[in-house]
Amino acid sequence: MEPDEKGSDLSVSRREFVGVALVGGAAAVLPAGAQPVEAPGDSVSCTLTINGQEHQVRLDPRVTLLDLLRERLRMTGTKKGCDHGQCGACTVLVNGRRINSCLSLAVRHEGDRITTIEGLASGGNLHPMQAAFIERDGFQCGYCTPGQICSAVAMLEEVKAGAPSAVTPNIARIEPIQLSDDEIRERMSGNICRCGAYVGIVAAVRSLGHGRNA
Amino acid sequence: MRPFTYTRCSTIEDAVKARGQAPDVQFIGGGTNLLDLMKMGVERPARLIDIARLPLANIEERDGGVRIGAMVSNTDAANHELIRTRYPVLSEAILAGASPQLRNMATMGGNLLQRTRCYYFYDPSYRECNKRVPGSGCAAKQGYNRIHAILGASEECIAVHPSDMCVALAALDAVVQVRGPRGERSIPIVDFHRLPGNTPQIDTNLRPGELITAIDLPHLAYAKQSSYLKVRDRNSYAFALVSVAAVVDLDSNGDVRQARIALGGVAHKPWRATKAEKALSGRKPDEANLRAAANAELEGAKTYRDNAFKVELARRSIIRAMTTAVNRA
Repeated sequence: MEPDEKGSDLSVSRREFVGVALVGGAAAVLPAGAQPVEAPGDSVSCTLTINGQEHQVRLDPRVTLLDLLRERLRMTGTKKGCDHGQCGACTVLVNGRRINSCLSLAVRHEGDRITTIEGLASGGNLHPMQAAFIERDGFQCGYCTPGQICSAVAMLEEVKAGAPSAVTPNIARIEPIQLSDDEIRERMSGNICRCGAYVGIVAAVRSLGHGRNA
Repeated sequence: MRPFTYTRCSTIEDAVKARGQAPDVQFIGGGTNLLDLMKMGVERPARLIDIARLPLANIEERDGGVRIGAMVSNTDAANHELIRTRYPVLSEAILAGASPQLRNMATMGGNLLQRTRCYYFYDPSYRECNKRVPGSGCAAKQGYNRIHAILGASEECIAVHPSDMCVALAALDAVVQVRGPRGERSIPIVDFHRLPGNTPQIDTNLRPGELITAIDLPHLAYAKQSSYLKVRDRNSYAFALVSVAAVVDLDSNGDVRQARIALGGVAHKPWRATKAEKALSGRKPDEANLRAAANAELEGAKTYRDNAFKVELARRSIIRAMTTAVNRA
């Protein structure tokens, strides 16, 4: 790790760092049992809502949403595959939209509503997409599965909203999407499965996509 | 990753002021390419200015055309009714790129500033790359150069521009709106990106500290007569080996009044195929004339060890994309 640059007064981490340093100075005279001073690297405060629960964290701004989930909050359902936005294993939903959490800085999600694989089931019942993946053998080793399922959940919402894809026949015509297998494959191409469980994945998505094309 | 300080701005004025003109400060929009390059150690900003919450996320009609705010996501632009119905080639191009997850994050302004996926640029363990370290050489020229440029390259750099969106923008004569420390200006898309020459480290003609605020699509009555063709190693989620955005206006005889053709995957910038366009003017868009036009454009192509296939691929792609556009006329 390299030394931090000297930031100007405008910078959050610089300002926050000064704030932390002041708290540190004050902490020296606080009674035993007072909150320990945060490490200087954890310099930005951030509140994120994850699966309906608010989390207040102090972060080094370099921390990705993926690493926050896995390393800090111990929500290890979201997987790290390539860490470069090429495999989709880290897919989560932000305000209902699927993104690659590996390519997104956690501090940028202040106020966002984040849903991970841990947040899909409700009251002990699997989300219908989770059940469909089991029913249709949509996985083998399972490592890409949380990303596949999050991606598929958002994908069906996109289809419902009429969003076209690269294989939609006539993009210039605004009309309901017919969710063919070609559409499913194209729309799920951001999620790679090294076991090659694609036949089961497409079947699982199709089983829920049927009748959802209006 | 080099430590950086993080500043979030909510107004354009604040963002431009916070950015200043220092070389190691960068705006972050979607961050899909920038953060990846930071992980690789290619980009090493000391400070990031977060512009995601600037009021630049609208798509609106303007002077008969359409203005797309720089912070509109690629997804929202491709899905928007105004873009789909008036400039479908842009929707097609955007949807041909990346994955849904990436398009949800990526912004229109950021897509303009994507950096090349040349392996030798992207991985600092390669010592030679004039784009990354000016004066260090070009490893691609003697290396594995299957994905590299066939038009407009230089001795210093044979990298290609990776964007699909920009190819469609080039065919549509889009105009990039920017705001900088010295005010606002407009940059036609053809002048926005640069050929490598002897300064391949400079991708665009943006001046230090300038912020992209919008992309304007001028009114174009025949923009629906268009197509985007992307040829790649797999059918989805891969960069183009060659791509073509074609827009065509035909007269009552079915002859070409005007063709607009732009190529991706072949040059350091979206390549407007003006020679092919000129060759087609006033002619029937049949296969013979299309091939002659494609030949005219590719005449000056220069190939390297692994990318000679791109010349014929580009010719055939021009013919197919133009034929599709003509059939939509």
